[in-house]
Amino acid sequence: LKISRDDVIRVAELAHLELSPGEIDTYRGQLDEILSYIDKLKELDVTNVEPMAQGIVLSPAAKNAGPESHPELREDVLRPCEVAAAVLSQSADAEKPFFRVPKVIER
Amino acid sequence: MSTSTWTVASVREALVKKKVSATELATEFYGRIEKRNPELNAFLTLSPERAYAQADRIDAAVANGEALPALAGVPVAVKDVISTTGVRTTCGSKILETYIPPYDATAVERLERAGAVIVGKTNCDEFAMGSSNENSAYGPVRNPIATDRVPGGSSGGSAAAVAAGLAVAALGTDTGGSIRQPGSFCGVSALMPTYGRVSRYGLIAFASSLDKIGPFTSNIADAAAVMGVIAGHDPNDSTSAAVPVENYLHEIEKPANRLRIGVPEDYFGEGIDPEVKEKVQAGIGLLERLGCQRIPLQMPHTDYAIATYYILATAEASSNLARYDGVRYGLRVPGSTLIDMYRKTRERGFGSEVKRRIMLGTYALSSGYYDAYYLRAQKVRALIARDFADAFQKVDAIVTPTTPTPAFRLGEKSADPLQMYLADIYTVTGSLAGVPGISVPCGKTKAGLPVGMQIFGPHFREGSVLQLARAFENAGGFAT
Repeated sequence: LKISRDDVIRVAELAHLELSPGEIDTYRGQLDEILSYIDKLKELDVTNVEPMAQGIVLSPAAKNAGPESHPELREDVLRPCEVAAAVLSQSADAEKPFFRVPKVIER
Repeated sequence: MSTSTWTVASVREALVKKKVSATELATEFYGRIEKRNPELNAFLTLSPERAYAQADRIDAAVANGEALPALAGVPVAVKDVISTTGVRTTCGSKILETYIPPYDATAVERLERAGAVIVGKTNCDEFAMGSSNENSAYGPVRNPIATDRVPGGSSGGSAAAVAAGLAVAALGTDTGGSIRQPGSFCGVSALMPTYGRVSRYGLIAFASSLDKIGPFTSNIADAAAVMGVIAGHDPNDSTSAAVPVENYLHEIEKPANRLRIGVPEDYFGEGIDPEVKEKVQAGIGLLERLGCQRIPLQMPHTDYAIATYYILATAEASSNLARYDGVRYGLRVPGSTLIDMYRKTRERGFGSEVKRRIMLGTYALSSGYYDAYYLRAQKVRALIARDFADAFQKVDAIVTPTTPTPAFRLGEKSADPLQMYLADIYTVTGSLAGVPGISVPCGKTKAGLPVGMQIFGPHFREGSVLQLARAFENAGGFAT
């Protein structure tokens, strides 16, 4: 057994999902099967392999290049960003300039 | 099926010669959509106001004798995970059923600046999670070639729209195969660009280290034309690359007869449908007859790609989808406390596949499992990327089947998530490596179902992928 019913309940809590008892059982079985399949990754020796965290691996030259090769970095200057009204208009409950939510702290 | 197939070039010619106006063309396409969409369910939302306003601008430009931009008057459909100002964008999810983006994705803005007419938003698996389009909260799309079959996923609506002639081109997104696999199932050209080639500003995120935007078209020249418009660096997307954009329309005219094509044995093994194998082998044979040199390859980590992908993509999704909590946009289900509201909103708003992937991803990232799953998968991803880097030392392109089988029937795999995941076995490898890949039609099975051949190229060499695809198309390969 890769994953227990209690594991599923704990993970659902972490993910803020309110699962029905039926869903808990279904997901337990399916996740168990998927995780068993994923176990095949243990067959490989990954000692000394650098993890790949992004969509492409930069060459060492590109990694060490100067700021001119990093156009994602820009001058730190203020720019107007007057989107509050448009943003708040999408909320189910907003009162400018706030989003309104139920109480956060239990008494 | 539509009798007349419009292309980027034929639209342009007809506009310039005043044989048709952009407005008439938009009307023709809305007519086709009205006729076909009730059955296909390819479009979720139409945007006629926006389309006709753009058509008016194009018609005015024609009347004034102005030079027309690259995609003037071309009807284009956009997958419903890509933001469009003022036009509802649902991601195929109930949680965003009424969401209207306050801004355009860069890809959409670029299309419109180039004269394209955005006709509407296409159906897809919820948050692009699926391989059959059956995970849409708004019902499945039907494959226009065989309506009892799935169009593939997750960009099923975009693929079906182009295949049925409801748009000249469409934007899709590809995370593990979501452009190429539906392209293969519906018999159209479907390009996943290099990671970082096309800006993702305004693309609603699924798995950020894997998501890409790319085009569906009925031919390679159109794919080159659309790519020429949407590719390039965008200051609004920090992952977009500053690599110069090739002139794709120029690249596709280059002869392909000296290219070295790698054929990995690992893609023709267990589980492949014999007819798919035969068609793709015939396609490779045609490329050889064109003068390409066939080089056998070993890509030893291919078999680990699905396991790697379903850890990384779900982990990233569990994090990206945390934003749907009922506070700022989309559905809100009232609760007694904030946490209670989050839980009720997410329970009601998300469909079962999205919840399954959030669960898997949360588990893989949770304390005590991170090293065993997430970190290990990132390392195996590096090994898969190395397979590609090694191969591209020896070859200019890698040619494989796009999918192990042709389009399956609606409902055939929907009860078994793992079997559904395995449908992506030939596409996820390239997704993980970040390389560009295209699926092109390479004939049909005896039952008349399209088969797709996949061509991978090195990073940022969409030009050579398209060049080989064009040579194949010109040689009659799409119909082999």
